Amino acid sequence: MSLQDLTAVVVGFTFVVYIGIAFWARANSTSEFYIAGKHVPPVANGMATAADWMSAASFISMAGLIAFLGYEGSMYLMGWTGGYVLLAMLLAPYLRKFGKFTVPEFIGERYDSDLARFVAALCLIFISFTYVAGQMRGVGIVFSRFLEVKIEVGLAVGMCIVFIYAVLGGMKGITYTQVAQYCVLIFAYTVPAVFISMQLTGNPVPQLALGSTMADGSGYLLLKLDQVLMDLGFNAYTHPFNDSSMINMLAITFALMAGTAGLPHVIVRFFTVPRVEDARRSAAWALVFIALLYTVAPAVGGLARLNLIATVNGPDGTGTAYETMPNWFRTWENSGLIAWHDHNHDGKIQHAAGRAFAGGKPVFDRDARGESGRRLVTNPGPGDVAEGAPFANEVYVDRDIMVLANPEIAGLPDWVIALIAAGGIAAALSTAAGLLLVISVAVSHDILKSTFAKNLSDRQELTAGRIAAAVSIAIAGYLGSNPPAFVAQVVAFAFGLAASSLFPVILLGIFSTRMNKWGAVAGMLTGLIFTMGYIIYFKGVFIAPMAENVPANWFLGISPEGIGTVGMVLNLTVALTVSQFTAPPPAKIRALVERIRLPEA
Amino acid sequence: MSTRSNAYWKANLRLIALCLTLWGAVSYGCGILFVEQLNHFSLGGYKLGFWFAQQGAMYAFVALIFFYNWRVTKLDQRYRAERDTRDGA
Repeated sequence: MSLQDLTAVVVGFTFVVYIGIAFWARANSTSEFYIAGKHVPPVANGMATAADWMSAASFISMAGLIAFLGYEGSMYLMGWTGGYVLLAMLLAPYLRKFGKFTVPEFIGERYDSDLARFVAALCLIFISFTYVAGQMRGVGIVFSRFLEVKIEVGLAVGMCIVFIYAVLGGMKGITYTQVAQYCVLIFAYTVPAVFISMQLTGNPVPQLALGSTMADGSGYLLLKLDQVLMDLGFNAYTHPFNDSSMINMLAITFALMAGTAGLPHVIVRFFTVPRVEDARRSAAWALVFIALLYTVAPAVGGLARLNLIATVNGPDGTGTAYETMPNWFRTWENSGLIAWHDHNHDGKIQHAAGRAFAGGKPVFDRDARGESGRRLVTNPGPGDVAEGAPFANEVYVDRDIMVLANPEIAGLPDWVIALIAAGGIAAALSTAAGLLLVISVAVSHDILKSTFAKNLSDRQELTAGRIAAAVSIAIAGYLGSNPPAFVAQVVAFAFGLAASSLFPVILLGIFSTRMNKWGAVAGMLTGLIFTMGYIIYFKGVFIAPMAENVPANWFLGISPEGIGTVGMVLNLTVALTVSQFTAPPPAKIRALVERIRLPEA
Repeated sequence: MSTRSNAYWKANLRLIALCLTLWGAVSYGCGILFVEQLNHFSLGGYKLGFWFAQQGAMYAFVALIFFYNWRVTKLDQRYRAERDTRDGA
């Protein structure tokens, strides 16, 4: 069986499983549709939360980022796991005790303000759509690369699958499908990592392999990686603060942590368990399941970097002739994620520090082919040899392919490659479904029912929720096939906004009885406007950037990715100050806060 | 808020403060602020600071949540027991 058929069979099989689960776990009431009727056992909820949280970015992109950033990649590892500590101790149990359906609902009731609820719902919808566009794109990429269908066809298939189980099953269907998707994605991620760890170090545990000695007797793996990179003019892999200053790393890590804790599709998962203790327990299990992938990722990154260099530069380190390169090089070249320009005209591919193409990314001359079928580009760089490098860099490798191409680079069997495709799709679909659900609930419950149609019956609200889910899927599909130019930029938005608006406002709502609606609204607006303004100023969403996005221009040396941290501090400061000078909240609100703090039934 | 509720909440806040101090120490402390100093030591083939940043902090996060849950469950039980004895008397 060819690789493509095998991939189709594996991916098709997982789809049948997801749809079967969706029929088994259909939702019959708004409570089941919104929060799975609060019947989800904590371990299952932890697993579903892990699948919900780990997106196409975690599965496909993160190890690639680490491979090229080295030590600095740690900010994603710590940032995207540390948020669960905040969730478990500061938010999840109290929000579960509050006992309603949505995050905007909590904000609206705690601050006794429909306006606050409406603003929170809009923030939530914006954050979630930003995210979902990236997921649909991920599904499209996997489909087009592994099944060689058009991105649009892949998107349409992905949309149908999500439609079936999100619209039918609501939160209940999504939860149990996510449990299955977690199993698929963790298996797909770990199996190739174990194989490659065995090949390079003889130690099958990836977490240990990264700290082990090489199987060929050339000493510790990380020392060798440092050496290999330095010989090619790169910074050492483990050396801190090459591409990012210490303060910027601190800020980005914190923004990712607080952003994680403030992301509505994650928080809402803790509303689905039976008891308050279960919310804490499922946060713990979620982190266990997430850490299983996140502690493997640095090994995947480091080993992939080593493998890539060894394959491209060859055993003698002088480059490999294009004709003798393994097949994966050409398939990824065809999809435009790898490019080569023979600067020194020796017919061999060489990889070192420096830019192979003017401006960084290659611009292909449509489908034009040169000698032995290589793709031609229109923007080859000058081919200068970078400082400390033995030769000019001739290759561009997109970071996003490191996980997907890893098994091929290591020469692993076809079924492992098919598995990676199924895992990537599982990661993207599970996150997309979770996001689409919170969007549809925000529309039907927080905007429609609470503002425009207060006497909607339970049945009608459920129908409205389903229609909202269907419309959101259509919009997500459209965004996936026509990504606006700023999609990559707005990822910083999602975390920055969650960290600077939703997270502080929920935190204060629980831990301060004195916080009132004026403080909360003023704080939210300050955090929101400052963070949005800063990101737009440097990254230019909808408009041209107003200043070059370089460290010299940044406030305190903090990049737009980390500015949510400053936004959060501003939010807290303004909120606390304003609430001191305005009337304290009414007695019923103080009673509400005291109720959610206590472990009483 | 009754004194019993107050005592429960204070104890919970102390526990959270302890856990979050450790949370910050392993990630921001060992993983970022003092990474260069810790890199002088090693753990197998890992430099110690690098290990904290890419492995150790995450293990510590998991351990911290389980530790917090264990301690706060004890607090919950004590709170409920005190409430029941007082209500029964």
